[in-house]
Amino acid sequence: MSAFPELSQLQTQAQAELAEVKDDRQLEAWRIKWLGRKGLVPAAIKKIGSLPKEERAAYGQAVNQLKQAVQAAYEARKQALREEAMAAELRAEGFDPTLPGRRPQVGKLHPVTATMREIIRIFAHMGFQVYTARDVETDEYNFQLLNFPKGHPAREMQDTFHTTIPDVLLRTHTSPGQIRVMRERYPEPIRVVLPGKCYRYEQVTARSEMMFHQIEGLAVGKHITFADLKGTLQAFVEQLFGEGRRLRFRASHFPFTEPSAEVDVDCILCGGKGCRVCKYTGWLEILGCGMVHPNVLRNGGYDPDEWTGYAFGMGPERIAMLLYGVDDIRYFYSNDVRFLAQF
Amino acid sequence: MRVPLSWLKEYVDIPVPVDELIERLTLAGLEVVNTEYIGVLPPASIRHQKQMKPGDVVTGPGRIAWDREKIFVGEVVRVEKHPNADRLTLVTVDYGAGEPLTVVTGAPNLKPGDQGQKVAFATAGAVLIDAYADTFKTKKLKPGKIRGILSQGMVCSERELGISDEHEGIIILPQDAPVGTPLADYLGDVVLDIDVTPNMIRIASVIGVAREVAAILEAPLHIPMPTWQTSPPPAEAYADVEIIDDDLCHRYTATIIRDVQVQPAPFWMQHRLKLVGQRPISNLVDITNYVMFEWGQPLHAFDYDKLLARARRIGRDKVKIIVRRAEEGEKFTTLDGIERVLDKDTLMICDEAGPIAIGGVMGGLETEVSETTRHVLLESAAFEFINVRRTAKKLKLPSEAAYRFSRGVPPELNPIGNVRGAQLMAELAGGNIAEGIVEDYPRPQPVVEVPVTPSDVRRWLGIDLTPKEIIGILKRLEFDIRIQEDEQSPEPIIWATVPWYRLDVTITADLLEEIARIYGYDQIPETLMADELPPQHHNWPYELEEKTRDILVAAGLQETINYSLTSIDNYRKTFPENPEAAPGPEKFITLANPLSQERSVLRRCLGVSALENLQRNLRYTDRMAVFEIGLGYRPEAGDGLLPGEIRLLAIALAGPRRPGHWLPGDEEPMDFYDAKGILEVLFQRLGAWEDVTFRAERAHIFGPKAAGIYLKDEKIGNVGEVHPKVREAFDLGDKPVVLAGLRLDPLIPYIQTRKALQPISEFPPVKEDMAFVVDENIPAGVVEGLIRQTGGMYLKAVQLFDVYRGDPIPPGKKSLAFSLTFQSPTKTLTDKDTAKLRKKIMNRLQREIGAVLREA
Ligand SMILES: [Zn+2]
Repeated sequence: MSAFPELSQLQTQAQAELAEVKDDRQLEAWRIKWLGRKGLVPAAIKKIGSLPKEERAAYGQAVNQLKQAVQAAYEARKQALREEAMAAELRAEGFDPTLPGRRPQVGKLHPVTATMREIIRIFAHMGFQVYTARDVETDEYNFQLLNFPKGHPAREMQDTFHTTIPDVLLRTHTSPGQIRVMRERYPEPIRVVLPGKCYRYEQVTARSEMMFHQIEGLAVGKHITFADLKGTLQAFVEQLFGEGRRLRFRASHFPFTEPSAEVDVDCILCGGKGCRVCKYTGWLEILGCGMVHPNVLRNGGYDPDEWTGYAFGMGPERIAMLLYGVDDIRYFYSNDVRFLAQF
Repeated sequence: MRVPLSWLKEYVDIPVPVDELIERLTLAGLEVVNTEYIGVLPPASIRHQKQMKPGDVVTGPGRIAWDREKIFVGEVVRVEKHPNADRLTLVTVDYGAGEPLTVVTGAPNLKPGDQGQKVAFATAGAVLIDAYADTFKTKKLKPGKIRGILSQGMVCSERELGISDEHEGIIILPQDAPVGTPLADYLGDVVLDIDVTPNMIRIASVIGVAREVAAILEAPLHIPMPTWQTSPPPAEAYADVEIIDDDLCHRYTATIIRDVQVQPAPFWMQHRLKLVGQRPISNLVDITNYVMFEWGQPLHAFDYDKLLARARRIGRDKVKIIVRRAEEGEKFTTLDGIERVLDKDTLMICDEAGPIAIGGVMGGLETEVSETTRHVLLESAAFEFINVRRTAKKLKLPSEAAYRFSRGVPPELNPIGNVRGAQLMAELAGGNIAEGIVEDYPRPQPVVEVPVTPSDVRRWLGIDLTPKEIIGILKRLEFDIRIQEDEQSPEPIIWATVPWYRLDVTITADLLEEIARIYGYDQIPETLMADELPPQHHNWPYELEEKTRDILVAAGLQETINYSLTSIDNYRKTFPENPEAAPGPEKFITLANPLSQERSVLRRCLGVSALENLQRNLRYTDRMAVFEIGLGYRPEAGDGLLPGEIRLLAIALAGPRRPGHWLPGDEEPMDFYDAKGILEVLFQRLGAWEDVTFRAERAHIFGPKAAGIYLKDEKIGNVGEVHPKVREAFDLGDKPVVLAGLRLDPLIPYIQTRKALQPISEFPPVKEDMAFVVDENIPAGVVEGLIRQTGGMYLKAVQLFDVYRGDPIPPGKKSLAFSLTFQSPTKTLTDKDTAKLRKKIMNRLQREIGAVLREA
């Protein structure tokens, strides 16, 4: 037995308490109590100073042994706990990988935004930048400057929401932006896309909406031709729908372009064989386009004897409907989460 | 425009099959939107497209193909009474093969004793339309006994054949119909429905389409110019014509046809009118319609005796047609029997006694032709198209005639229409035509000559065409060509005289369109723009929008796009405590012609849209976390005419924070701090966080848990929990709904600059906790602000981690515990360093807000 029974007792007590330690937190508490700066073992060591000189050496040796023993017990317990914990971690009873995971709440873009971004991204590669123009327009910008004089029959193609302010209306197409961008940028050449909301006085059905989006493209320069328009749109369509898509340009009429064309792509669903979506024609109409009418160039400030340009316009909803097989345009603005969640 | 192929072929040879014709027309701008096959099968390619199987006879809604082996032109040999039924007859028909067959029929237009009529005769096994079914159905004809007599076939009505809806009697074919010919060969037809674009009104006639077909296919065209036989006295003896308002009427021609017999028009005319979609009425009316569909010239027939009676009533012995504007408020009864009040922009056809027709729109009741009409004054005129359109629209009187007038009828067509109409009235109504035409033609149609050069073609279309090629194309379109070559010009100028029947070509670009169309858009190559790339411009508002979208999507919000249109009523609902404070109608852009009251004004902010959206969706889902970026429309922020269009963001939250499943979630409803947290992330990511404060403020829509959002000292928005009464008004349940709304544009400067990277310190951070006891009314943000201001350069982060009220904190006070992070870029901070900073912060808080440090 030790010559210092109080030290033996300390050691016994420390070890007994250590045996009760179940986890890291308890172990830390134990360490502070016994080995911490103000702990019981350092306190026992400090006592050395108060002893008579002749006892100091023996006490010192004994207390040192105590400290080492307690320290060693601590290390051993710590190691044992670590191993226990690891063993427990490796047991993993009741683990079932087929239970549902803990999902983060994720957000998504509206399908129209996503589609517009895709279209804008493709045109950005060809040097077209986004220009934004206003929604509420004057009759002058929405119609007259675009070659639809008052009373012109072409206005019948675009039933209009008028406001109670004379000659102020909700734009029926993004085309008034053509005039705005030309007047702002002259005499620079222009390559812009104009995305935005448009409005038509139309009963809302599966096929037609009172509010929809358009993306309009406009290029004005000194060497721009109808052949360039065809090339640009071919490149666009291959990017959007995949390589090897065929385009069909049909002569058509828009007052602000001449020549004008409507553009069909071979049906992306049936590859041109004929299906319900393409109404068994093999073609899907996706955009309208043409060379900017000389009057419109002139209204924008560009001399048509010196400048030429082309413009095109498409509906992101229509394209989203084709890309995702949506058969009812009303889904887009009812914002039914059961619809939105699918994109 | 519905064009029967049989009619079209009268004027142009069509050297290609129907499917190719459809394709070529469609590519050249005459879009064939629908094709009807009447009695005949579509070509194989279209049968394939329509997924028709061999043996299918239904060629479209209400249309069938007629079996050539079973349905023929037949001749009635005799008609006898049915021995057992009063209303039935026995008809024996020779159909060109074998013995005539006897059938039982109830057709009222065959009576016992009749013979010689040509009929459409179907033999056993023929497939016909079941005329008695409620919906479209076919049936196979089987021989059977009807009231004891064997019926061996059928004499058919138009409905049974799918020609029209008529089922009053059987179809009686013209006398010259060849007996035994398969009916499909005699009467089968294809009707093309061609979309008429506003610039192409010239194709709203069969002859107009024929000209296009000839140009597109390079096919021979043969249009007979109408001629007539006239007899004295001259038309001038009957009527005079004077145009007063020649800005609205450019030409007025009239002819007189005497002694007409009003009766049904012959079969061929009725049949053609039915195919183009017009109901036959009587020979006089049908002739005016027929000429309109044939040539594009609308005609109007007046009863000349009635005109003369009117003239005599006021002491004249001759009719005088006067074309003038109506007087304001003038009244007139149109032939539909409705009295109309006119304005001074309405062009009237009058006589000296007053109005007799609305020019180009509708005739009058009083002078209309009827069964008793003997003499006709036939009008063929040209009106200013915009005015006709306006009048037809205003009076809500759309008609085939007004449709053509409102897009432009060339004055040069007027006499052609008149001659053709008079000629048909002579032929089909037994009339005789007075000599000549009376007319007034104050504004002769100008001859238009337009130049084009090969370099125009190159510059505009990107193709190289020789003058010869250009001239070739233009000649196909019946342009007359003159070539101008001079010393100065390096290339010839081609002058093209526009055919009289076209009003749509006035400038070079119009010719370029014609050249491109006939050359073929598909023949033009695809090139990439060689032009210089324009200067690039930032679009900061758009870039900010896109960046904001990305941040909010990453923060777990679903993007929505709502209607820009809403109702003032819904706005009022967001002012539960003081509806009077709601913006009045003058604060909105209001639609003059809304589709519904719910969508009658443009929204001023996005919050109402968000509530409408939640209202719809909370029926299907219990959690919504959505945002929208869009415009708010504010008249007072505009330029006086157009409203200000303010770029706005709205966020709406409702439902559990994190729905649990087998693992515990956080079923607590989202509240103010969820929205605020998202905004904090947004402002942080946009680099604006340091300038943003949330101030205790309460906008109308919110309950007490709300704040104003400030950027420096500018208010940019609001966030808060929606007032329970607003929730109730929008039927949103009883859990909190959180809304945030703010203007985006003030944030633009923050994305225009990039912040330089802060150096990362190599020295250890020191974390210190400090808790302060402050008065209840002191916002945590104020405390935090003071800490930040006082902490100096070593204070890197301040995080509020506990708010505590209750024992031992005295009532009216609260404890706010902050975790402060100190760090130096150049040294390890000592206890002494941080103690000094703690003291400084403590002193400042004590001095300014009476805070007391709470000892741990
Ligand atoms: Zn298809």
